[in-house]
Amino acid sequence: MDFTLTPQEEAFRQEFKKWLKEALPQDWDPYNQPTFSDPEKIRDAYRTFQKKLYEAGYAGMSYDKAYGGQGRSLMESVIMSQELGRTCISLFFPGIITHGMALPLIYFCGTEAQKKKFIPKILDGSHLWCQGFSEPDAGSDVSNVSTQAIRDGDDYIVNGQKVWTSLAHVANYCLLVVRTDPESRKHKGLSYLLVDMSLEGIQPRPMTQITGEAEFNEVFFDDVRVPVDSLIGEEGQGWQMAITTLMFERAMGDVVIGAAYETNVTKLIRMAAEAKNCGHPVIEDPIYRQQIAQSYIEIMALKYHGLRNFSSHIKTGIPGPEGSIGKLLWSEPNQRLTEAAIDMQGPAGQVSGGPWSIQNGNWQHAFLRSKGNTIEAGTSEIQRNIIGERVLGLPKDASRV
Amino acid sequence: MDITLSKTQEDIIKEARRFLKKECPSEYVQAMFLDDIGFTDELWDKMKRMDWMALRIPEAYGGMGMEQLDMSLLLEEMGRAVVPGPFFSTIILAAEVILAAGTESQKKQYLADIADGQIKATLALHEPEGGIDPTYIRMRAEPDGDDFILSGTKLYVPDAHLVDIIVVPVLTRASNNPADDLSLFIMDNHTSGISVSPLPTMDGTRKLSAITFDRVRLPKDAILGEPNQGYSPLVRALQRAQVGLVAESVGGAQQAMEIATEYAKVRIQYDQPIGSFQAVKHMCAQMYTDAESARSMLYWASWAQDYGDKTEAAMAASAAKSYCTEAFTTVASKGIQVLGGTGFTMDNEMHLYLKRAKANQAALGTPTYHRERVMRLLTEDGAVT
Repeated sequence: MDFTLTPQEEAFRQEFKKWLKEALPQDWDPYNQPTFSDPEKIRDAYRTFQKKLYEAGYAGMSYDKAYGGQGRSLMESVIMSQELGRTCISLFFPGIITHGMALPLIYFCGTEAQKKKFIPKILDGSHLWCQGFSEPDAGSDVSNVSTQAIRDGDDYIVNGQKVWTSLAHVANYCLLVVRTDPESRKHKGLSYLLVDMSLEGIQPRPMTQITGEAEFNEVFFDDVRVPVDSLIGEEGQGWQMAITTLMFERAMGDVVIGAAYETNVTKLIRMAAEAKNCGHPVIEDPIYRQQIAQSYIEIMALKYHGLRNFSSHIKTGIPGPEGSIGKLLWSEPNQRLTEAAIDMQGPAGQVSGGPWSIQNGNWQHAFLRSKGNTIEAGTSEIQRNIIGERVLGLPKDASRV
Repeated sequence: MDITLSKTQEDIIKEARRFLKKECPSEYVQAMFLDDIGFTDELWDKMKRMDWMALRIPEAYGGMGMEQLDMSLLLEEMGRAVVPGPFFSTIILAAEVILAAGTESQKKQYLADIADGQIKATLALHEPEGGIDPTYIRMRAEPDGDDFILSGTKLYVPDAHLVDIIVVPVLTRASNNPADDLSLFIMDNHTSGISVSPLPTMDGTRKLSAITFDRVRLPKDAILGEPNQGYSPLVRALQRAQVGLVAESVGGAQQAMEIATEYAKVRIQYDQPIGSFQAVKHMCAQMYTDAESARSMLYWASWAQDYGDKTEAAMAASAAKSYCTEAFTTVASKGIQVLGGTGFTMDNEMHLYLKRAKANQAALGTPTYHRERVMRLLTEDGAVT
């Protein structure tokens, strides 16, 4: 067992850190990153940054050179993700669906033509992707998807509605789960389409989240003609592919998020040193000290668990069962951390910006945003079902057998 | 980076599990729980034949010189089986202190016998007003000619009722500053003036005693290493011992989770296995999450003791001690809940896990103590000595 990097890997980390420092704006502060309230700004910031990564030879690290990737090791990809998570998660995060789901899905399941068409545009930052899984009646029960894609000549005609679709109104493409066999039920008959968001009949309608931002959408599909070559994999394979895709998102996501949360603990410590309560810096209060330390410890558990998971993934080629718990290890601790941060601010905890706010109201935003963590990408309850049934082998409940 | 186990390490686990299943089944542990001595020499002799006592002691002193991580894997299995008896006190407490503080000849003298399984030993650390932190040791040894005279009380000493040798940290100068004045005495447990009184313990598999020292006279060479230099080797040894408790806790949590999960598959209520109900299933899933993430912390903490720098080793030990012993307690508590009325009886083995979990949490620094230590490491330069 070895927790250290090889000299070459360490050299790569240093090289990338140096590049990153120069690539980011001069006054970039990892502890005070912008929260973009305007989705177009989010997209543009992501694109500009991804283009820089691409031009410097850091896009698609572990992917094949034939499709514009770098052909480097998975470990180098992890190192890069850690640095991005630590330093500029706000620029990286909007691309999480694009790079964590669309890219691996197309790379591993797409046709040659799909790979050639989509991968280079993902890597150079031209295309931002969104993910159309959830529907009003298919939230946790994704298998209940009812959006239909009916074959008509060289097209599918898509009708239906998706919901809670992040960045749909500024995305170029959508990974869309549809029902290609209208007679089918549950998992069978689901297929995956790669849909151009500019097609006629697609109408995203932004929804305001509890943070006040409009990051996600309802998306209406009204007789949308989607060319048949947009199908990825076979008809009816959508469910299996969706599960595979989610596993990829998970593995890299845990590493990035672990690194970003390490930065958050440092930020929290700085805040606790600045904020005062009863004339003393909050950081002197033994109860808050316990909370800060606990947050740090939980993030170390996420970090080393994530690395251990990745390590066995690299060695065996498949993510082990330990991967299934990563989501619980970041979502719930992040809620605890942001709640503690608001408490530490005392009465200022009510203020979400402006001159008398603490750290620009970043924590108020983080606190509210964290409530989505236990819902997005599979609720905590769904995660525990998966662990209980697929890892521990417990029986399904009667209603789902 | 490679956070996976080697073939040799997987063999350590396999061998230990096979051995303990046979030699230390839960019926044995249950019997020892209620027994006054709480341990049998037959098991000790069999463990000796497995070379377990020699595992981490350096080859120069008759051991096998294996890493902290190897030790952790063995302790994980011992935690799974809730092994009673003086292995922990001898190997993880006493031997670590002797190794950290002893002179070459002291190490030769004691460690070879420990590695051979010839002697059992323990560490008498705590005092009535002290807690875990060696900074608060106040018991004193007064110089008297070439000798020292020890008087005072040490508490919560594991296995003191049956060991041959005890290591006792006391002040040897007239200050209250252990960092500068602490010496580590090593002595026969039957030295005149020592009296051992067993204490009733919640965890019957880990017997504790109070020891009173009534003018116990010891020569100067009973001090491990140099006089007044005992503090920092003691702290270093305790840090490894903390990781030892972490390992036991991870194994215990894993086993408690497995027992509960298997029970949830076969216990039928309302015509269904109770594990099909989400309220129960989610408890099991959370137990798995706690146990498995605790194992990742254990690997980090074990590795850091041998290969990390001082700060990382201290940080990882405290982070893991707090995280993993809490995880064990949570898992064992849920284990009792999943087993319901069955889990609440002494006949069922789950109580063994709950009691060991709480004992491991209380011993060698509570989670609260270790979180404060983590906080100091995060915010103060020079927090590691």
